[in-house]
Amino acid sequence: MRTVRIANGQGFWGDNVDEPLRLLELGPIDYLGMDYLAEVTLSIMMRQKLKNPAAGYATDFLDFARRALPLLVEKNVKVITNAGGLNPRACRERIFEIARALGLSGLRVGIVEGDDLLARLPALVAAGHELCNMDSGAPLAPLLDRVSSANAYVGARPVAEALAQGAQIVLCGRVTDTALALGPLVHEHGWAADDWDRLAAGTVAGHILECGAQATGGNFTRFWEVPDLANVGYPIAEVAADGSFAVTKHPGTGGLVTVDTVSEQLVYEMGDPDSYITPDVTADFTTIRLAQEGPDRVAVSGIRGRPNTPFLKVSASYLDGYKASGQVTISGPRAVEKARLAAEIVWQRLARAGVTFPEEMRRVELLGAGAVLPGILSAPADPPEVVLRLAVRDADRAKVDRFGKEIAPLVTAGPPGVTGFAGGRPKAQEVVAYWPALLAREEVEAHLAVSVEEV
Amino acid sequence: MRVKLARIAHARSGDKGDGSNVGLVAASPEIYELLCREVTPERVRAHFAGVCRGEVERFEVPNLLALNFLLHDSLGGGGTASLLTDAQGKTHGQGLLEMEIDVPEGLAG
Repeated sequence: MRTVRIANGQGFWGDNVDEPLRLLELGPIDYLGMDYLAEVTLSIMMRQKLKNPAAGYATDFLDFARRALPLLVEKNVKVITNAGGLNPRACRERIFEIARALGLSGLRVGIVEGDDLLARLPALVAAGHELCNMDSGAPLAPLLDRVSSANAYVGARPVAEALAQGAQIVLCGRVTDTALALGPLVHEHGWAADDWDRLAAGTVAGHILECGAQATGGNFTRFWEVPDLANVGYPIAEVAADGSFAVTKHPGTGGLVTVDTVSEQLVYEMGDPDSYITPDVTADFTTIRLAQEGPDRVAVSGIRGRPNTPFLKVSASYLDGYKASGQVTISGPRAVEKARLAAEIVWQRLARAGVTFPEEMRRVELLGAGAVLPGILSAPADPPEVVLRLAVRDADRAKVDRFGKEIAPLVTAGPPGVTGFAGGRPKAQEVVAYWPALLAREEVEAHLAVSVEEV
Repeated sequence: MRVKLARIAHARSGDKGDGSNVGLVAASPEIYELLCREVTPERVRAHFAGVCRGEVERFEVPNLLALNFLLHDSLGGGGTASLLTDAQGKTHGQGLLEMEIDVPEGLAG
């Protein structure tokens, strides 16, 4: 039975930059998925695009292209990525420039457009689409002029369409992480749009793959059992036409693929397990069967799906004030007592300067003294050192910047043993708040466009 | 005997909306039954009293021998708005494994 080998070489923007190359070099794969978009990444890209109309995509992907294009072409491995961000068209132009510089021709690159809703938002709201926040239930209208990005999650169909048109690289914007795997499977196996069980199987494969090494021994509870984590191999799913698949990794790489490592990844970021909702299908995670098939090889089967919903998820963001954080290390005897005093000094000096923050807008953490999981992990009574981390948030940028000037003086005008203040004053960063909402799918699907061009 | 969940289960956590999710996976079917009885949403909420300000929901995933907990309002506002070091709940799984429950001698591993 023919299987399709799909790998994930990038779980998020910031993941290991060598791993996609290793996946290409160390063994056979047919498809390489690469994820660059977190919830607020598109908001950052929108600001870049406003300054420069040729920006707004994941520039790291160009570094990958420079290194990998010759090998991709030689091995005919296809890449599916959301690196296109808010500007897949400009990203493709840059990829073509790189291909020309490398002397490559005949490379076909597809783009998927239509997920970016920002310009359409006023009209959508005026037409009665409330885009209520999925967590709070509040309507979007009052925030409309503060929204900095709004993108619908797009499913596997346009990815499959680009592949059908011969694309070797598919550059998407806000496509779902799972569609990076499901798109190729729909294309290769010809799964119908209402073949819910198979679509669910491909979605589960995508979920297992989407965080890279988290399926193969990374972030695994029993880390001491994972061999050679430094050289961890990223996950590969070998998917058959009936939707059953095996999770594995290249031979000779580090890491571990067991029922336990795969189970942990399946429950990662899980909500209601019997309804994992994507644009393509509602997958039922309570039907998944796992079996250890061999060393570093787990068989996955039995997956059932139900119809998709009439809605697509929209990921919007809006600017919601400013924040900053700074830290110093406090060593020597009575470190905790000194850190508490230092924090109090900062708040007092700020108050003297007329700058105060409400309790919920400021935070003191004594890292090393049980700050991250308070009340759960007990700290030693007198640790040899602690890291004092202070953070504030406010609508007023000037207040946040003023806070940033109050950390360094602790070194000379605070308690003894304060060190590790490096990197300059903390600067105010914009807080980009996240707004998840639902939108009738036809409002998005009517605007989706796939284009494939050749260099 | 009283043992930490770390001895009989494994866990992973991440962000989910305004809160975190913690998946707790049992080492065997017998232990899964025990976890279903002992690791109730109420006990998890009490365990995370210093972290979670909202409700705790629990879902059963018997085919994976797993329980999935949603810890609502546990990220200090979530996403980029949060002032917490762990704004994504990445450590909550490790935190749950510190919980102690009563385990029959034969199952303690």
